[in-house]
Amino acid sequence: MPTRLIHRFLQCLLIAFCVVVTVLATDLRAADDLRTMVNALGGGSFQENQKQVEALAKTGDPKIVPALEALSEGDLYQRKSDGMVFIVKPAGSNFKLVDALTGDAAGEEAKAALEKVKVNNGLRRVIRAALGGLTLMSPDAGVRLQAAQTILRTPSADSLEGLDAALAGETDSAVKAVLEKARAASVLVSDRPVEEKKAAIATVVQTGGRDSLSLLSGALSSADESLRPDIETGIQQIEDQLALWAAGQNIWYGLSLGSVLLLAAIGLAITFGVMGIINMAHGEMVMLGAYTTFVVQEIIRNSYPDAFAWSLAIALPLAFLVTGAVGLVMERGIIRFLYGRPLETLLATWGVSLILQQAVRSIFGPTNQEVGNPSWMSGAFELGGLTVTWNRLWIIVFSLAVFAFLLFLLKKTPMGLQMRAVTQNRRMASSMGIRTPWVDALTFALGSGIAGIAGVALSQIDNVSPNLGQGYIIDSFMVVVFGGVGNLWGTLVGAFTLGILNKFLEPYAGAVLGKILVLVLIILFIQKRPRGLFALKGRAVEA
Amino acid sequence: MNTLVGNTKPNSILYLDGVSVSFDGFKALNSLSFVIEPGELRAIIGPNGAGKTTMMDIITGKTRPDSGEVFFKGSIDLTQKDEAEIAQLGIGRKFQKPTVFESHTVWDNLELALNRKRGVFSTLFYRLTAEDRARIEEILSTVRLTNRKDDFAANLSHGQKQWLEIGMLLAQEPELLLVDEPVAGMTDAETAETAVLLKEIAKTRSVVVVEHDMGFIRDLGVKVTCLAEGSVLAEGSIDFVSADQKVIENYLGR
Amino acid sequence: MITSFLAKALGRNIVIAVAILLVLAALVPALNLLTTSDHPLHVPTYIVSLFGKYLTYALLALALDLVWGFCGILSLGHAAFFALGGYAMGMYLMRQIGARGSYGNPLLPDFMVFLNWKELPWFWYGFDMFWFAALMAVVVPGLLAFVFGWFAFRSRVNGVYLSIITQAMTFALLLAFFRNDMGFGGNNGLTDFKDILGFNIQANGTRSALFAASAIALALSLIITSGIVRSKYGKILVGVRDAESRTRFLGYRVEHMKLFAFVVSAMMAGIAGALYVPQVGIINPGEFDPANSIEVVIWAAVGGRGTLIGPIVGAILVNGGKSIFTAAFPEFWLFALGGLFVLVTLFLPKGIVGTARQFVERRKEYRKAREAEDARTFAAAAEPQAAE
Repeated sequence: MPTRLIHRFLQCLLIAFCVVVTVLATDLRAADDLRTMVNALGGGSFQENQKQVEALAKTGDPKIVPALEALSEGDLYQRKSDGMVFIVKPAGSNFKLVDALTGDAAGEEAKAALEKVKVNNGLRRVIRAALGGLTLMSPDAGVRLQAAQTILRTPSADSLEGLDAALAGETDSAVKAVLEKARAASVLVSDRPVEEKKAAIATVVQTGGRDSLSLLSGALSSADESLRPDIETGIQQIEDQLALWAAGQNIWYGLSLGSVLLLAAIGLAITFGVMGIINMAHGEMVMLGAYTTFVVQEIIRNSYPDAFAWSLAIALPLAFLVTGAVGLVMERGIIRFLYGRPLETLLATWGVSLILQQAVRSIFGPTNQEVGNPSWMSGAFELGGLTVTWNRLWIIVFSLAVFAFLLFLLKKTPMGLQMRAVTQNRRMASSMGIRTPWVDALTFALGSGIAGIAGVALSQIDNVSPNLGQGYIIDSFMVVVFGGVGNLWGTLVGAFTLGILNKFLEPYAGAVLGKILVLVLIILFIQKRPRGLFALKGRAVEA
Repeated sequence: MNTLVGNTKPNSILYLDGVSVSFDGFKALNSLSFVIEPGELRAIIGPNGAGKTTMMDIITGKTRPDSGEVFFKGSIDLTQKDEAEIAQLGIGRKFQKPTVFESHTVWDNLELALNRKRGVFSTLFYRLTAEDRARIEEILSTVRLTNRKDDFAANLSHGQKQWLEIGMLLAQEPELLLVDEPVAGMTDAETAETAVLLKEIAKTRSVVVVEHDMGFIRDLGVKVTCLAEGSVLAEGSIDFVSADQKVIENYLGR
Repeated sequence: MITSFLAKALGRNIVIAVAILLVLAALVPALNLLTTSDHPLHVPTYIVSLFGKYLTYALLALALDLVWGFCGILSLGHAAFFALGGYAMGMYLMRQIGARGSYGNPLLPDFMVFLNWKELPWFWYGFDMFWFAALMAVVVPGLLAFVFGWFAFRSRVNGVYLSIITQAMTFALLLAFFRNDMGFGGNNGLTDFKDILGFNIQANGTRSALFAASAIALALSLIITSGIVRSKYGKILVGVRDAESRTRFLGYRVEHMKLFAFVVSAMMAGIAGALYVPQVGIINPGEFDPANSIEVVIWAAVGGRGTLIGPIVGAILVNGGKSIFTAAFPEFWLFALGGLFVLVTLFLPKGIVGTARQFVERRKEYRKAREAEDARTFAAAAEPQAAE
């Protein structure tokens, strides 16, 4: 044992030496020294090991990262026979050994032949700080950025030296910015002089965000009097900023909800708005579209798993065809006998909606079906203080695309011309040689098909169950009626207005009460303008 | 103020001055002005889209004018009232398409039209008095529907529906009657009889008839106002109006 | 005034229907209470309750028919009035539980204790008195209908637009009553009732009395609606349905006409709800479901809208069918109901009673025409020169 003590003493000297020489000296250090230091972790007390880890950190050599990580995880063991320290992986009753520095496999050992290097929370904290400092030196900018962000989240005075060193050598501007913020945060919790802290506060305020806010609030309690005003105004500034971002986030959520409403309502804008048919089974068309997506994904999952990213692209035309066909059958089979009797149409289509729901329930079961997001639809990114999820973004884009497509179809194509002709003056249209029954059927099929497409998109964010459509039918009608019947632009404006209104009421009134308020507002609005926002005024033709 | 209608307001039954209304940029009425005297029977002609029906909508309170004055009996501002109030004031309106209560009998149609209290509770506890019965029977004979009084209005012929509607207006006892194309779709014999009926009615009240049928207007033999593009083009006897160059260009010439 | 109203109300069919209802009100309880369970004519209690429930549904359908069949207002929110009446009664029944609840609080219903409420909310005051609750079961739906209708009819919201906003109304109430903060028991609603007017709510006698009350309420409502639709006011209602603007230009205030019918109808729906709750033993926000309102419409449609007997027949037939179907083939009930909607609107627009009436009238006309012809040929044979 005495030899080991001496050995350790020497190591301490070495550590002292390391503190003196700068990080630049890292390259000169022999790998043997590192190995000695790592091996020294075995059998040391917690306090000794804390020092040891700090010493290792000072070397700034990224090679020790796996060892430190393993230590923190409790996967670092010392071989009793020679005092060598390894990273281990369990392999039956044995451990598989991995060299702590090189990462090479180093055979197996019986469990009894190894002794765990013990770790506690104090040690873990030191390791975390050390790792932060270490990875700050990594040649990979991405790793450095991550390290800087880690420190920014958990600032400590201990990280300051490492940060200063890193800042001196940093060339990447993005990393440098985060480093500076991390440094400011760390200064704030250190015992540096007041002036330096004030500067740090300014930097933290500039960073903004919830973390900075909690950092400042934390600092407020322990700060001395001279700093308080700075911190308080800083907090105020950040809070204002956060409120602004929250409003922005609300608008974003509102747009997102609006796009959902638009998708749900846009088919209805055709069947109800243009043709005047009250289709209570509209929601079920959306539901059928979602189930088409489910079936397509099931087939892909079972037979062509590689094509999963394409599942939505495949489902879109299929959903359009399936729901369009259902719509065609409905129009030819039921609705055409009820033209001019809107209330009867309402009842008959409600009956169809019940049948469709039960049919889907009988075939697929009453429970939610799992519809997956392709990789390009999942995840999120940060935009300033906003969190933007990809699926919501794509749905907004998609809803606008569908809208543009429909507008084009109605305004610029012969089919659209015929549709408008038939709705404006059926008899005149038919005497011009337009086959009005077919135009009716195709228009209805188009509206239904669009609902199916909407179902594909909504399957990405909603539960796919037989009741899916029920949740949308009232909202869709509200959007169309609010926007003004017979006006696609009205539907667009109506959907986004209602979406944003809903999301702005939510924080004050709660989700349910917000929705109730919106309904009440719409009811009042319809009283005021019974034909909606963009109603066409006209001579009273009705007698 | 239009000189045409200068100082006639206090003595008129209907007074329109500078009435304009537009729908989505289309000017349906463009500074329309004319006056109906008490007891007058007036014919109004004009091509499609001249604003005849819109004019009726404005007088009966269905449409509000963008600008202009509409007075009944010289002092009652009609632009401030709704359809029910205007009807109760004594202005009756017959629609272009005959509009009667098809699922009621001819008798019930007239009973509903009778000028009695029109509130919810007075109608709920209404009893047919001998006086009302006599009045209905009188109107039935005027519009020649006595033998069909128990039939549903839906089963009447087109001409009979037109007459039932006129009968309902009589039951309403209006001081001013607006009649929109009363002879559209009638046979020649029915048309002639309708002219006689209207002249009969005009003895006790003012009547404004909107019509396309020039023969019918000649039968009426009254002052004619010709509308075009929302304003008055010419006014006078049928011969005077049909000789007017502008009228020929705008209407008759086409 | 009232006598003439009643005299008009009591047409032949109405007298028969009222008589049947009154006989049922006496006979069914008698057969339930006075016979033993092995007696061939014994009516088991569950049947009494089941048909009592059907009668309240029939009342609801009748209420809807007053506005839809006679005035052309397709309300998709009548379940809301029904549920509000039900909640008023439910609140009375909750207060009657008193200290017998699981938490034994003499004043607060269990769910309030569970939510840690310390005081009774103000709107629960007075519901310990039956008369007050009964009044509220009529007044609250009537008030809602008045306010809603006043806005809607004044601004001439018509046809499907009105249907859609009535649906939105009941949907908004559905969401509201789901909230615990509303103070109506949230998701679970009001249940675990113990007694009504001091009688055990589970007892056979109470059940029979509730059945009789439902039958009598239905009979009275039938007389009142009949009086309404046969009066001049009722004819105006039909006029509004068929040619609204003609009615307006005759000088009637269409919005007042509609509003009165709507409020009366809502009050009747409220009574139906108040009778329904003690018979089924629970009221929860599910009763506000827009789907329920539309189901009421199909009852009226099946029986025959615009007739008074039709909705009653329709409600009992459809719900009887539902009870049988959901027990025997639960999978197929929604298919059957959906099919019913489609088939009735396509092939039986007048409903059972309307079609039957049409058939009888045709037969009568045919017979009359034949008699007239016989008379004419006879007369012609007797006196060749006599014309007509």
